[in-house]
Amino acid sequence: MRPIHLFLAAGLAASLFTGVTQARDDDDIRLGVDVPYEPFMFRTPDGELTGFEIELGNAVCDYLEANCTWVEQDWDGIIPGLLARKYDAILSSMSITEERAQQVLFSEPYYTTPSAWITANDRDIDIEDRDSLEGLVVGVQRATLQDNYVTELYGDVLEIRRYTSADDVVTDLRAGRLDLTFMDYPVAESSIAIDTKGSDFQRISGFIKEPEHIFGQGVGVAFRKRDRELAERFNEALAALKEDGTYDALMEKYFNYDIKL
Amino acid sequence: MEQLDQWLAALLDGNVIFTPQTLGYYWTGLVTTAQLVFLSLLIGLVLAVPLAILRGSKHRWIKLPVYFYTYVFRGTPLLVQLYIIYYGVVFVDGIQQSMFWPILKEAFYPALIAFTLNTAAYTTEIFHGAIKATSRGEIEAARAYGMSQGLMMRRIILPSAFRRALPAYGNEVIFMLHASAIASVVTLMDITGAARFVYARYYAPFEAFIFAAAIYLCLTFMILYLFRYLEKRLLAHLKPLSGN
Repeated sequence: MRPIHLFLAAGLAASLFTGVTQARDDDDIRLGVDVPYEPFMFRTPDGELTGFEIELGNAVCDYLEANCTWVEQDWDGIIPGLLARKYDAILSSMSITEERAQQVLFSEPYYTTPSAWITANDRDIDIEDRDSLEGLVVGVQRATLQDNYVTELYGDVLEIRRYTSADDVVTDLRAGRLDLTFMDYPVAESSIAIDTKGSDFQRISGFIKEPEHIFGQGVGVAFRKRDRELAERFNEALAALKEDGTYDALMEKYFNYDIKL
Repeated sequence: MEQLDQWLAALLDGNVIFTPQTLGYYWTGLVTTAQLVFLSLLIGLVLAVPLAILRGSKHRWIKLPVYFYTYVFRGTPLLVQLYIIYYGVVFVDGIQQSMFWPILKEAFYPALIAFTLNTAAYTTEIFHGAIKATSRGEIEAARAYGMSQGLMMRRIILPSAFRRALPAYGNEVIFMLHASAIASVVTLMDITGAARFVYARYYAPFEAFIFAAAIYLCLTFMILYLFRYLEKRLLAHLKPLSGN
């Protein structure tokens, strides 16, 4: 028994040490991401991680000549996960807000997307007419900007239900438990094929990006506050990719509207 | 009321997280949790008594279905049961046109159904065990008095079984309170739901969840004392005689 214990202890100690050295190495960067969020990050049918942000992140890493790994983390724990050193940066469509900026350090914004109000095809809801919204049930994903927007501007008229994932919102929208939803436009595009012919749902508002105190300046990469140097390197890389056409090529591959900042 | 508001405002002055608004969320959460747990326990208890009797039946076709029910509901996680009853039923054909839809449409009732079925399964087994443990002497004495099966059940077996089941049932009540914390996954704003909301708003997991934990702790203590009182009253005859 004793030699085995020793062996195990040695192995454990060794793995601990390699863990420490790996984390200290500048060229190993772990990127936190909440999958899926099409077309920014999702898995292909054979399980490979891809999408606009994944490819952009990999391009940044190539530019920095760094060795990147992706770490999956659910959205509502993604900032605590960064602070707990489970990964070194969040590249997961995180919009820059003041509240978040108190906890993390953001890179320059690298894209922004609009949100929109959505309801079933057979419903007739006028989002401009506040009185007619009284008592309707709206679904949003918990802890998102859409949640903040609806809570702040419509909390007094609409009944708000908050869901853990966007899939659950769609399920309940289909089920008729929700009258409408306020959704990030790319999510609506991928999950319910909004604004295409076969969709069961319709967009009942324009593309909403205001007010800035809710929607922020756009999406940035989040770092721990002390990792200022890493953030600078990312800014430099992103600026270079926007310049040399890599960014534009990726954007054209995934979107039919402009998200560049 | 106004005085209370002022007192609260003064107390919370300068506190970023615990504003009167977030405390309001916690209060709504407390009410939802209390309703959900109380109703599911009450209905579960009512269901469990006849089920426990049937569970002890000599006839295989009465005994087995009840056993199957308790086996399934005790053998699967409550969270999975809740997902099936809330999200799963949506995909049953025609359910949205059926008479059950107004009930299933709300978040509260699917949660109540899941919790009730779950606690009823556990309570059935607790009562079944207690009934089975009735001493033979009591039953023989009842027979000797010429009691019918029903009368014997009502006057002898059930009262004695309830007393024996009380401590175990107290645990089940506390477990149920704690299990209710998953209600927020179906959008219910219970205590945990309120904590998740505050957490998401202020990125302050410690404050948000410790406050929720404190509320659960208070509720648990209340349940604990209720059951201690009941045990003292109902199990008085089993206590050792005191010195004086």
